[in-house]
Amino acid sequence: MALRADLEVIVGLVNTGARVLDLGCGEGDLLAHLQEHKQVNGYGLDVDADNIRTCLEKGVNVVEQDLDAGLSNFQDDSFDMVVMTETLQSVRTPEPLLREMLRIGEECIITFPNFGHWRCRLQLALFGKMPVAKHLPHAWYDTPNIHLCTFKDFENLCANLGLRIIERRVVDHRSVERPLGSLLPNLLGRVAFYRIGRAI
Amino acid sequence: MSVELTPTQVASAQQAENSVGLVKSQTFHWCEPFALQSGATLAGFKLVYETYGALNDAHSNAILICHALSGHQHAAGFNDPKDSKPGWWDACIGPGKPIDTNLFYVVSLNNLGGCHGSSGPRDTNPATGQPYGPDFPTVVVRDWVNSQTLLADHLGIKRFAAIIGGSLGGMQAMQWAIDYPQRLGAAVVIAAAAKLSAQNIAFNEIARQAIASDPNFHQGHYAAEQLVPDKGLGLARMIGHVTYLSDNGMREKFGREIKSGDITRGADVEFQVESYLRHQGQAFSQHFDANTYMLMTKALDYFDPARDNGDDLVATFAPVTAKFLILSFTSDWRFSVARSEEITYALIAARKNVASAIIQSEHGHDSFLLPLPRYVDVLKTYLTRIHQEISNGTTS
Repeated sequence: MALRADLEVIVGLVNTGARVLDLGCGEGDLLAHLQEHKQVNGYGLDVDADNIRTCLEKGVNVVEQDLDAGLSNFQDDSFDMVVMTETLQSVRTPEPLLREMLRIGEECIITFPNFGHWRCRLQLALFGKMPVAKHLPHAWYDTPNIHLCTFKDFENLCANLGLRIIERRVVDHRSVERPLGSLLPNLLGRVAFYRIGRAI
Repeated sequence: MSVELTPTQVASAQQAENSVGLVKSQTFHWCEPFALQSGATLAGFKLVYETYGALNDAHSNAILICHALSGHQHAAGFNDPKDSKPGWWDACIGPGKPIDTNLFYVVSLNNLGGCHGSSGPRDTNPATGQPYGPDFPTVVVRDWVNSQTLLADHLGIKRFAAIIGGSLGGMQAMQWAIDYPQRLGAAVVIAAAAKLSAQNIAFNEIARQAIASDPNFHQGHYAAEQLVPDKGLGLARMIGHVTYLSDNGMREKFGREIKSGDITRGADVEFQVESYLRHQGQAFSQHFDANTYMLMTKALDYFDPARDNGDDLVATFAPVTAKFLILSFTSDWRFSVARSEEITYALIAARKNVASAIIQSEHGHDSFLLPLPRYVDVLKTYLTRIHQEISNGTTS
């Protein structure tokens, strides 16, 4: 089965035999792939019963744990890579979580939907409505996305926390790189993809 | 509270498609000296066990069931055509059930020190010609595991596909994975703990004191006096039973309706929970042995595999090669979710394969014996995967 495009990028960034933690691992596609092709020592956290079941079917090390309860169960420097795809926007306290991710992991990969995409801006500016778009499909009253941000917002937070942005990409779920998006990511990028590390 | 079944109902339960049906206990005799952790040596021992399903040609599909405090070998099916109640884990063991006897060869035994046919306090002490009683040597979880390896050898099982246990049974599965890593592919640890908390030990101590204070107890030598400390044992069971339920679960099951409808009468038994507990205590004291209860609760209290490793559970798990499934239940306060998480996160820190699920349940610690839909589903999913792995020969 073909891997989602943004997950494919992550696979390319993980070393063979690495220790990987996937926060909000969903159905475990990334970890199953990494276990098979990169022999990683990987774990995924999720709270959804159906997701956990699917992970167990795939032989993925899934641990039932709510991200909003924090990561204090994990020791410092437990992982080479901590991954959180499309989840940052739905956690209760992104800032402490981000710091925790870099306490337990040497590097992090974070992806999130860009609220600064021109379609979002247009809907809010022109029609005065909360944006609903392909990458943000929920109405304001039933969205799990309670902490939306833009490329710029996220980079400001990283700067405040003294985190090092190793790499920034613009992705969507179909094709990996969006050349136009890379030109003006905050306006044209749908999904933000960041690889960050601790301050040097 | 148990409902009497008609003979027809009993027959249909026994012949149900998902029941292992009629089973007979067997006995394994070990006739060589067996050294215990306490320093004592048994001249030999016997273990009673049952098996369900068939061992495959590769001998790779065996599952060991380890029982909890008051458990025994009879985990599934019926021992007698007249039995109305099946074994204690019939909810999960049988054709098509999570521990699927169409796929697996399931071994269930009564542990050393038990009172259901394995060597224990009721046996005759060869040194005195009298029942061992309280003089049966102290056994700990590691002794059970060592004795279980001999039973496995006897059955031609070099390696179990999985070892599964709830509560004290989960502790045995953990000890197996630590002491005999090459002899199991997976450990399923349900509603257990890496060691008991002080609060948990306290409940065991109250139970032991209840037994010891029964005038019939005679320091454990009640058999020689032809007495049974049934009041004390019943009380111990009542205490234990309450700790296996949850506040909400008890509220739902019993409420607080007053039988006589008149609180001024001060009747002996007014609330439903009172008669329920008395019945539970009494029924238990009829068939369980007080010295075994003492011995089993002590084994629970002493279990602490990290103790020999400077209290470092992560280092203790270093030899483990089995993968783990850790299950816990939200309303279980005797073996809480947090205790299971300690195991899970120590295994992660030790870089072992582990998965976990936290099952919503109102039934407290007893949940692990009940056919709760998500619990049953998680167990079945996990074991189906294990069966695929042994069939493909991809097991580690």
